Amino acid sequence: MSTIQLGGAPADAPPKPTFPWLIVPPAATLILLFGVPLALVFAVSFASRGTYGGIEWAFTLGNYTSIADPLYLRIFWRSLWLAVLTTVICLLMGFPLAYVIARAPTRWQGILLFLVIIPFWTNFLVRTYAWMFILRSEGLLSTVLSALGLTHEPLPLLFTDAAVLIGLVYGYLPFMVLPLYAALERLDPSLIEAAWDLYARPFQVFTRVVLPLSKPGVIAGCVLVFIPSLGAYVTPDLLGGARSMMIGNLIQHQYLVVRDWPFGSALSFVLMAGVLAAVLYYLRAGGARSL
Amino acid sequence: MFAWLAACSPGANEQGKARPVTLHLFTWSDYTEESVVKEFERRFGVKVVTDTFGSNEELLAKLQGGAAGYDVVVPSDYMVSILIKQGLLAELDHAKIPNLAHVYKHLKGLYYDPQNTYSLPYLWGTTGIGYNADLVKPPPESWQALWDARYKGKISLLNDEREVFGMALRAAGESLNATQPAKLEAAKARLMAQKALVKTYTSENYDQLLVSGEVALAHGWSGTVLRAADERPSIKYVIPKEGGTIWQDNLCVLKSSAHKDEAMAFINFLLEPQVAALITSKVKYASASEEARLFVPKEIAQNPAIYPPASVVARLEWIKDVGEAIKLYDRAWTELKVK
Repeated sequence: MSTIQLGGAPADAPPKPTFPWLIVPPAATLILLFGVPLALVFAVSFASRGTYGGIEWAFTLGNYTSIADPLYLRIFWRSLWLAVLTTVICLLMGFPLAYVIARAPTRWQGILLFLVIIPFWTNFLVRTYAWMFILRSEGLLSTVLSALGLTHEPLPLLFTDAAVLIGLVYGYLPFMVLPLYAALERLDPSLIEAAWDLYARPFQVFTRVVLPLSKPGVIAGCVLVFIPSLGAYVTPDLLGGARSMMIGNLIQHQYLVVRDWPFGSALSFVLMAGVLAAVLYYLRAGGARSL
Repeated sequence: MFAWLAACSPGANEQGKARPVTLHLFTWSDYTEESVVKEFERRFGVKVVTDTFGSNEELLAKLQGGAAGYDVVVPSDYMVSILIKQGLLAELDHAKIPNLAHVYKHLKGLYYDPQNTYSLPYLWGTTGIGYNADLVKPPPESWQALWDARYKGKISLLNDEREVFGMALRAAGESLNATQPAKLEAAKARLMAQKALVKTYTSENYDQLLVSGEVALAHGWSGTVLRAADERPSIKYVIPKEGGTIWQDNLCVLKSSAHKDEAMAFINFLLEPQVAALITSKVKYASASEEARLFVPKEIAQNPAIYPPASVVARLEWIKDVGEAIKLYDRAWTELKVK
């Protein structure tokens, strides 16, 4: 309530600073449900594991040093590679899609955006199981391809890296399309017309006008796709067949299979630090003001 | 027994009126018969909420994470001994579980809980190979079939560290409880070499993979494979000649349970011969209740894959708690999975 009174105060009298009570519920929620658990995980990452799991409070840096093992570094590298690939494919597929939606007649825009978000009506886990049925070697994709004469034997797609990539791109494409649409929709068409009038070739119109003006959308979309892909857990577990891990699976494996919570905690922190570094880099590289 | 039930029910119902008790059951996936749970809820006025796990290690990890309000849990043999050591299980009051009288003598007092102080036998079975006889010829007799390059990409293994290492150790004629680092290294090397042939590691949907033809050979548990065979008759189950795991899942009450009386009533109910027979007919694992065998259909009671003869049982080995060596298993399992 106090903020409303502040807004109505005369412009010449400086508003009396009051405690912003409205911030208390969200701040308390954040501290209680995010800050405290995070601090606990941080503390655990310096503890040791007992024989059967559990936590022994003997301080060690060993959990962090053992991440340097090539065994684990390879998983970080693999996850990074898959996340980058997912982001690039989403951008290549999402940009034309967002552009078409943004340039469509207004009454069509609503319908097209609606179609993009329809998959969210169904639980992600259920949609991932649906992909298992599509990708299995007696599944829809393989059957259609061989009916068209494109393949001659069942396509073993399920439980491969390709299946994981398909699942990630499918899952995160809307997160790329929506911010791109927001940026492209704001783009003034007369600027494109001006470029044509000044004899720009189509490629130049794209690289010199459309792309720079939609950069905030590109950056937001890339961040929104890259971060969840890097920590993905369900997709590689179900579509990758638990044969090859991403970091998310390695962390889950530490917590729920081999019961090494301290090491799992250390892995989580290194992942978070990596994501933070990547996001800061993105923001520096291009227009922090745009976010 | 019905007199006892009658004596017990009003109490439960009275409580039920005030605030219905909810019992939380934590068990294996595909391991419950819905009609049985409904019957218990009806008879005792207690609501049962079921949650599932995929391996003993997952059960342990979740219990170490704070037990999360579960009352009844269903660990296998070696995990019972670990849970006892961790002080997570409550002592059972045998007077409240009269159906214990129907349990086979040779299944009681096993190595992991000699007096059945904390656990009662529930269902037992074996680990072997489920295969599609249309695709796998000749029928496999040895674990070596899972290393046969002809079936590349058509093999699934359990997503379970002790079972997978146990299989690799038995295949080489070792005990599946080996603790010597050299033996585990050798088993790991064999599993690494095998990984190129393996389509997936799963403990939860390999019956569907067998039925759909996605895999031709599945390292799996007897009952799950037999359920797949109901859907596709060409699916068979074999215990390899080198022998494999015999296991028994047990009914336990957690020390942290707030409803121990209801939990023990539930355990007694699950061991009631006719109830146990219904469960065995559905999940296709042998019931620990000797009486129950009289009530299951003949094709189950006489199926050697469900009730293996003594000559087969002699080839089988129990998984045991390996103590400190579990860290070696954990490390090797991680290395295999991340390769």
